Amino acid sequence: MTVSALLLVILALPFVGAVIAAALPRHARTRAAVLSWGVALFSVGCLALLWPRFNDGEVLRQTIPWLPSLGVEFVLRLDGLSWLFSALVLGIGALVVLYARYYMSPKDPVPRFFSFLLAFMGAMQGVVLSGNLIQLVVFWELTSLFSFLLIGYWNQNPLAREGARMALTVTATGGLALLVGMVLLGKIVGSYDLDVVLNSREAILADPLHLPAMGLILVAAMTKSAQFPFHFWLPRAMAAPTPVSAYLHSATLVKAGVFLLILMWPVFGQTPMWLMVVSGAGLATLMIGAWCAIFQHDLKGLLAYSTISHLGLIVLLLGLGSELALIAALFHVVNHATFKASLFMAAGIIDHEAGSRDMRKLSGLIRFMPFTAALAMVAAAAMAGVPLLNGFLSKEMFLAETLAGADAHPFALLLPVGATVARAFSVLYSLRFIHTTFFGAAPTELDRIPHGPPVWMRRPVEVLVFLCLLVGVFPAVTVGPFLHSAAVSVLGYDLPYYSLAIWHGFNLPLLMSVLALGGGVAAYLVFGRRINTNPRGGPWGPKRLNGGYLFERIMTTASRGAELTVRTLGAERLQPQLRLIVIVSVVIAALAGGLTGGLTSGRGGVALAAPGGAPDLNTLAFALLWMVGGACAVAAAWQAKYHRLAAVVLMGGAGLASCLSFLWLSAPDLAITQLVVEIVTTVLLLLGLRWLPKRLDTIAAPEAARRRARRRRWIDLAVAGVVGAGLATVAYAVMTRPAVEGVTRFYVEHAYSEAGGRNLVNVILVDFRAFDTFGELTVLGVVGLTVFALLRRFRPHRDSLSDPAQKRMREASDDAAAGRSGGDRLQDTLLIPRVVMRWMFPFIILLAVHLLLRGHDLPGGGFAAGVALSIAFILQYMAFGARWVEDRLSIRPLAWVGAGLLIAILAGAGAWAYGRPFLTSAYHYVDLPLLGRLPLSSALVFDLGVVALVLGSTVLILIALAHQSLRRPREDGAASPGEGP
Amino acid sequence: MALILALAIGVLAAAGTWLLLRPRTFQVIIGLCLLSYAVNIFIFSMGRLKSAAPPVTAAGLEDPALYADPTPQALVLTAIVISFALTALFLVVLLASRGVTGSDHVDGREPGS
Repeated sequence: MTVSALLLVILALPFVGAVIAAALPRHARTRAAVLSWGVALFSVGCLALLWPRFNDGEVLRQTIPWLPSLGVEFVLRLDGLSWLFSALVLGIGALVVLYARYYMSPKDPVPRFFSFLLAFMGAMQGVVLSGNLIQLVVFWELTSLFSFLLIGYWNQNPLAREGARMALTVTATGGLALLVGMVLLGKIVGSYDLDVVLNSREAILADPLHLPAMGLILVAAMTKSAQFPFHFWLPRAMAAPTPVSAYLHSATLVKAGVFLLILMWPVFGQTPMWLMVVSGAGLATLMIGAWCAIFQHDLKGLLAYSTISHLGLIVLLLGLGSELALIAALFHVVNHATFKASLFMAAGIIDHEAGSRDMRKLSGLIRFMPFTAALAMVAAAAMAGVPLLNGFLSKEMFLAETLAGADAHPFALLLPVGATVARAFSVLYSLRFIHTTFFGAAPTELDRIPHGPPVWMRRPVEVLVFLCLLVGVFPAVTVGPFLHSAAVSVLGYDLPYYSLAIWHGFNLPLLMSVLALGGGVAAYLVFGRRINTNPRGGPWGPKRLNGGYLFERIMTTASRGAELTVRTLGAERLQPQLRLIVIVSVVIAALAGGLTGGLTSGRGGVALAAPGGAPDLNTLAFALLWMVGGACAVAAAWQAKYHRLAAVVLMGGAGLASCLSFLWLSAPDLAITQLVVEIVTTVLLLLGLRWLPKRLDTIAAPEAARRRARRRRWIDLAVAGVVGAGLATVAYAVMTRPAVEGVTRFYVEHAYSEAGGRNLVNVILVDFRAFDTFGELTVLGVVGLTVFALLRRFRPHRDSLSDPAQKRMREASDDAAAGRSGGDRLQDTLLIPRVVMRWMFPFIILLAVHLLLRGHDLPGGGFAAGVALSIAFILQYMAFGARWVEDRLSIRPLAWVGAGLLIAILAGAGAWAYGRPFLTSAYHYVDLPLLGRLPLSSALVFDLGVVALVLGSTVLILIALAHQSLRRPREDGAASPGEGP
Repeated sequence: MALILALAIGVLAAAGTWLLLRPRTFQVIIGLCLLSYAVNIFIFSMGRLKSAAPPVTAAGLEDPALYADPTPQALVLTAIVISFALTALFLVVLLASRGVTGSDHVDGREPGS
């Protein structure tokens, strides 16, 4: 494989694996584990293949254009540093996958777990392989997101949810800061390319903006690496499954912040602010973390705080500003990852096999799991910094660096003292971890007999502990080359002299180490009993200064503020909101009109006087039409509250007036469509009336409420008047101005020559602007489906369940008359209409076909045909009732909706076969027997889709409403599912 | 003619807006219908009024001044269908709200309760 392919594989393969794992069935624990293991091992192999290529400081780059217009490219970049981190991510990832296979319970949805884990692995790879600042931010945020999902994996556990939320809030806030910082940095340099940025140290430091940029990047690194004061999320993230803690919260995720600091070190590394902030935060974190770790009773809590402390140590080294300190930091990153991951795994084994992580309950486990105990002891010794283990070496380097930097550094004297004390603390808590868990009497408070873990669960721990030993004994041959190449890619070829030897002779660091080891052991001997029984389970110290407490306070205050804002500025009630919207739109329209002078300037302005000459008969008739129409509209507004039926009828009157106006003003297509839609709307509203509550105008309200209502009505009346007057003025002003030709000429000239149609409106709908029509079709289909879904579960309110009064009276009179039974009169009344309606069915269908076929050349078209067709069905329902119709006709409106959309898509996609864009139409005139000369175009097929969809949606809605009368509330008495628990 | 149609738009819009601001759902749905009439005619009128113009083009007569402007007509045609869909959806939401809350007030509860 080529280099670029290998690079792509180690980035993309984890994501691919994540998608596949997500698709596995819930119980496929082993399959998901094998898949993940394969992915991790294969990636490790690819990474290993890449190694020889750049062990001499080479940088591998692979560029893929991403947002070329913004100068952002997708750059994969691999150098010694990113190779080292990538090896940690993939290598420990592979071990964790193996471990997780045995740790996870088959009862949990394990494939989901592996899917998240692999996706996280991919995101981490993305961070370390990014060669572009923006790309780095994107993957950085992805790591936050997947760590959120992993911490909250046991989402039934409220602690897990809370911990996940807190981790996401803190780290994603850091990510936001990172984005701003990186954009600033990119602005300063003029490029987002990492290599360009790394080579522009002088230019960056000369710009005053480098301080905010650096500050923001530091915030991001510190939130991610759990540095004081952002450290509080890490212990709470321990609610995650232990493999997650081992992987994310010791080896990888928290090291992303460290990675960022190392990456930025060549640019900002030795500036005063960096030295102050980074070393200050590191020192504080080192001390606080170690102090808190001592008092934890939870095994994972102890390890979490110890992780915080060790991260503080690494960050402190990076803040010392010396190149040797950076090498020591790199070394400790590797060492910490190995011993901490193995310790977390050991803690997980104890939890898994003994059923508790509480050190007060655990004791004497060495009898039950001697191998695990031995492994944990070695790892803990490495953590404590016992000689011949890897932790000793990097800690020794750390002590030496604190001494070396002491005279130049702002925290001069504090450093060596603090370092020694923190080291003593780490000896104390490591000793406590081992002593309380494995030694002493057999445990009495456990709810099961502990036993050793499955062999393969222990294997990853063995590998890691073996590495601790190997590195501890032969540092130069094992990690030497990797450290060297990483250091070269950060510092360049002139590396300072450093020695990875176990023995450096008797010197001050060795003395400090011995002091710390002795002090730690002594402190445990003296205070051990008091710490082990400490009832608080936390450190002695001021509670208010706790970051978690402050975090909660901030969150509570923020949500209270949000509530207050909603209470003061929001309105729960719809009417004030609508009123405000209408008033604001009127004001904006008036302002726009005033600013552009639209109404007053221009030719003639608003000529209120009618054009000269006596009005002719035509105009008088039109005026009469609208006197009726307007009266209908006003009356409908008047009656809509108490006389709903009258309002529906009056509204129909207004609709009819507008339909006639369309006809009058040379728009027959609109008139036809408006007419059929009017019919359907009326039927719809009539069907709905049945389920509305009875409203009587005799309800007496208190005087104050009445006065308020009156005042509201006056305001609304004024608003409505202004809206009407404004719209009328604008319409009149436009209508009295000469027309603008616009696109009309194009349509007129090309309708026949290019689309083969003479009906301009229809040609626009199905040809020139067919894509718009396609969008409208989709909307209509969605509305139909929404209505169907809403009404499927809906049950009417119990008030409106009883039969209407008219029906009851009619049935009663039927029953009273001799020789008649209930429902007879209805039969009699409907006899003639039924016959008529039944026979209209075929004729309406014929009309619809006619409308469709002539649509391209003469007024008509798919919309009108579809609605007309649905009227044919409605009439059958009205005449005979839902049951009768459905016994005889199989109406499947859902299928019609789907078929309509499919036909429209196919009609459009057909153009692709001829290499034309979507929805290009072709046409051809054919002579058919009986029907005559017909235009057969692909637009007709599209129109057929329109018919099917309009028919399906309309019928779907009407049938759904009609079926309400066949329903009864559920037996349990709930009026609707909405009221159920 | 223009004046009459403008007044008609005004009356329809005023009646629609008034109903839109009323407290009962049925009033609002009638208001929406009236408002959509007003808006449809308004959009239509933007293409200027022309009575007795031929509805379809004829061969050889390709002067746009002969015909009524088809662009607003095409817009209004789809607007008619979409406003029907809107009315239908609103009606169903209205009925569902009535079924769930027992009230036909737009807020889903009677004022003062």
